[in-house]
Amino acid sequence: MTPVQAIIAKELRGYFVSPIVYVVGAVFLLIFGFLSYLYIVFAGAQAIQLMQMQGGMAQINLNDLVFRNLFSSMRFVLLIILPILTMRLFAEERKLRTFEFLMTSPIGINEIVAGKFVSVLLIFLGLLGLTGLVPIVLMLFSDFDWNPVLSGYLGMALLGTLFLSVGVFASAMTENQIVAAFVSFGILLTIWLISGLGGLLGDTTAGRIISYVSFMEHYDRLVRGLIDTSDLVYFGSGLILMLFLTHRIVESARWK
Amino acid sequence: MIDVQNITKRYGHHTAIDRVTFSVAKGEVLAFLGPNGAGKTTAMRILACFMPATEGTARVAGFDCADQPLEVKRRIGYLPETPPVYQELTVTEYLTFVGRLRGMVGRNLTSALDQSIGRLELGSVRQRLIGNLSRGYRQRVGLAQALLHDPPVLILDEPTVGLDPKQIIEIRELIKSLAGSHSVILSTHILPEATAVCQRVVIISGGRIVAEDTPEQLSARLRQSEKISVTLKTPPADCETKLRAIPGILNIFPGQTTGNFLIECALGRDLRDEIARVVASNQWGLLELRTISMTLEDVFLHLTRHEEGLSQPAEAMASTTSDGTVATQETAS
Repeated sequence: MTPVQAIIAKELRGYFVSPIVYVVGAVFLLIFGFLSYLYIVFAGAQAIQLMQMQGGMAQINLNDLVFRNLFSSMRFVLLIILPILTMRLFAEERKLRTFEFLMTSPIGINEIVAGKFVSVLLIFLGLLGLTGLVPIVLMLFSDFDWNPVLSGYLGMALLGTLFLSVGVFASAMTENQIVAAFVSFGILLTIWLISGLGGLLGDTTAGRIISYVSFMEHYDRLVRGLIDTSDLVYFGSGLILMLFLTHRIVESARWK
Repeated sequence: MIDVQNITKRYGHHTAIDRVTFSVAKGEVLAFLGPNGAGKTTAMRILACFMPATEGTARVAGFDCADQPLEVKRRIGYLPETPPVYQELTVTEYLTFVGRLRGMVGRNLTSALDQSIGRLELGSVRQRLIGNLSRGYRQRVGLAQALLHDPPVLILDEPTVGLDPKQIIEIRELIKSLAGSHSVILSTHILPEATAVCQRVVIISGGRIVAEDTPEQLSARLRQSEKISVTLKTPPADCETKLRAIPGILNIFPGQTTGNFLIECALGRDLRDEIARVVASNQWGLLELRTISMTLEDVFLHLTRHEEGLSQPAEAMASTTSDGTVATQETAS
């Protein structure tokens, strides 16, 4: 086992012996299930209405009525849930003074950051995988196009990865977990809200730049089933930037 | 093995350590002695590559702490002030994690694990969660962590804090057994500990080294007179003047109990014989007669008082006397 794998294993164990994963996971899955239920019932009601108006079997589009709405709503759920998962990663080490031990171990800061990030990413992808039950069950009773669903899942995975990297960054800045969670909420909400500013400025250079910085339009395209390289580049570069900043913060923590 | 040249560490305007220079040979045990806040932990953190020095160079096993930190980290075992343990892991899991971080695998790791668990007598708690262990056990787990990869250099920040008297003696024995094959730096404010396990003592105060020598040499260097304690059964009022008549006696102070006197005489003279003769001829009833040697504690207080004015020694004294039974027992013996 390499040092990075050792850190991943230790962090995963840390998550599963504390109640965090169970509570966060249960809430996440509950909300996902509840939202799915609402949108499906809503789609069903629309189908009945259509049938009464047209007579005969109505064709409703689950991709539009259920999945697109569901994935759009999940943005907010991810924003609330993921900082809770990441807040302990560095803050706890600093609080319990094990940070000094990690920093004096013969491993690079890169490896520490990578190990911690990958561990929380695995937890998130696991939770996301469990939500796959919803489309699988729906598939048994209805007919829809899988491709936009898969690209929507790719969108959630990429968005979640970006949120997690912001969370890890926030956690490295403080030794207080609550502060870490709030700093990541703050950063993510700000990035979210500036898309409104971008919309306001419209099709000017400033407006385009601001819209690009926000994750909203990149995520929306993926949810609509559009996989564009520029969006993948956005998420990839955002992730690298946040992990790089985390590295700098961890490095600078030694100087204080 | 360890070579420190003129290191200075500043936090803003505060200078934690100021141009500190010392070295540790292979197999030597060195104690860092000083009141709280003297800069011991800062110096150790620099050596362990946790933080860089503002100025100066520190080298461990030939590698520079600032330029080749990974090489240095591979060669040291470091026990920070607070034992760096993860409460959610069991002792075995924790030590396995530590070993893997240091690149140990397979049989290598298991045998190192068994050895360090055996050395620190953690066998009975190896499957228990560290969070449920007492302070003393956590401290021992911290030490097991530092010893796990059998590093040539050990940096131990107050290794016996939180242990009970029996464990303190065991840990000191362990450190003594490491001397010869390992270079050890340990910090402490328990003076008998330094006398018990170290070949050399560095006294650090206010961020500067105020003395560096063997414990015996240090006390000899600072001794300006010989002191003799004498206890009499029936001392008359004029016994002090009669004792003063003995040539060579410089001063007499009344002791803590009735009939006890502290006699100061010139350096290099043993006047016990003469004192006994005077006491016997006057029939004052000699109950006790012994020389008092200057302990490291006296040296320490003398040096730190000298350096920091009069407010500091009171604190230093409080910290040394509050260390419990073992400290006082050993001073007495």
